[in-house]
Amino acid sequence: MAAFLEKVISLRFEIAAAILFGIGFMNLLLQKNLIRKIVAFNVMDSSVFLLLASQGYIDGRVAPIVTDGIREASHYVNPIPAGLVLTGIVVSVSVSAFFLALVQRLYKHYHTVNFDEIMILAKEKVD
Amino acid sequence: MKKSIWKRFTEWVDGVAEEFEPEQLPQTQDKEKKHKTHSLDEQQRLRVFTIGYDIVAFIVGITVVAVLIFTIFQLPLFGCADNPAVNEVVQRYVENGLEETGAVNMVAGMILDYRAFDTFGESSVLFLAVTCVMMLLLRDKKNISKEEDIQQMHERIIEKESRDLILKNVTALIIPWIMLFGVYIVLNGHISPGGGFSGGAVMGAGLILYSAAYGVDATSRFFTRNTFRAITSTALLCYAASKAYSFFTGANGLPTGIPLGTPGAIFSSGLILVLDICVGMVVACTMYGFYILFAKGEF
Repeated sequence: MAAFLEKVISLRFEIAAAILFGIGFMNLLLQKNLIRKIVAFNVMDSSVFLLLASQGYIDGRVAPIVTDGIREASHYVNPIPAGLVLTGIVVSVSVSAFFLALVQRLYKHYHTVNFDEIMILAKEKVD
Repeated sequence: MKKSIWKRFTEWVDGVAEEFEPEQLPQTQDKEKKHKTHSLDEQQRLRVFTIGYDIVAFIVGITVVAVLIFTIFQLPLFGCADNPAVNEVVQRYVENGLEETGAVNMVAGMILDYRAFDTFGESSVLFLAVTCVMMLLLRDKKNISKEEDIQQMHERIIEKESRDLILKNVTALIIPWIMLFGVYIVLNGHISPGGGFSGGAVMGAGLILYSAAYGVDATSRFFTRNTFRAITSTALLCYAASKAYSFFTGANGLPTGIPLGTPGAIFSSGLILVLDICVGMVVACTMYGFYILFAKGEF
């Protein structure tokens, strides 16, 4: 039991990331408002960034910027997750902007951002 | 009456394929009500579907979280040095990065030298996103309505008459420092934390603050759609050209002729400074472009 608790405390950031992912995923599925769906999507993105960043950290090491001419790999944390998170943030921003633009166009057409109402109106139009 | 695929596609892009008049809205709602009342059966089915959907979504969500947490317990502990992610790639980047790229900041050296193609893709994604948003929201001759014009005129009059004094003065005080800080982050990307993306975001935030305080007309004196077009396309082409040159020479083992300089100096690390500036320009223009397209729909 003590070992399990120790593991939970050690992996707290990763577990928080999983729970955040779950919150975002559930909101993505259950919210009717399209803006809230986009916010949920961003929460999911953030949880992935948290997971990557926490897996790149190594205890007692410093950020990967050469200081005092020290060049050993054992002195710095892993630089690769930082680059991956950077890519992720850029893509997340772009996709969110695109989603929001689509929602604005939908709002202009249907005068609502409720997904169910949009579906009903679209179906009426087809009929 | 069948339209050709190309015509339907262009209409879909322009948004005219789905004509929807707002005046017809009450009618459709009436119809919907009638529709609902005369088919109680369907309403029942819809309710069952909604409840079923919620339950299934809940179960799926819980399962996803459970699987994720189970997987996380198989991961190496937080801050553990023998994490399998810390492999020979990391060692190579850290130990040879300084002499091969000349960048003191290893993340900058990694994303703008070893993985520069990936970063080029990122900048293109931003450019593509702002192009898509422009396609959807730009108020050109195919995307205007009278109501919106009137609304926009009202908004502009309100904007002009009630400028917030505190916001205006504080903006005038801090805007130079924000822009200076952004330029510093971009130019110092290879020496200290930062780089094109963060510095560009800071500069874009400065532009957004300026146009929020002084109105969109004030910004459009020096930042029009043509400025945006010129800056982003020049920056992307410059990035592509310089990186293509360095890939070509590097792959063929030719000397690049670009001095790496002394590590830590501002003019060092070869192409990284140039690429940082290109990325910063693209990001700043993109951030401001998103804001202005959502706020006003035109440059």
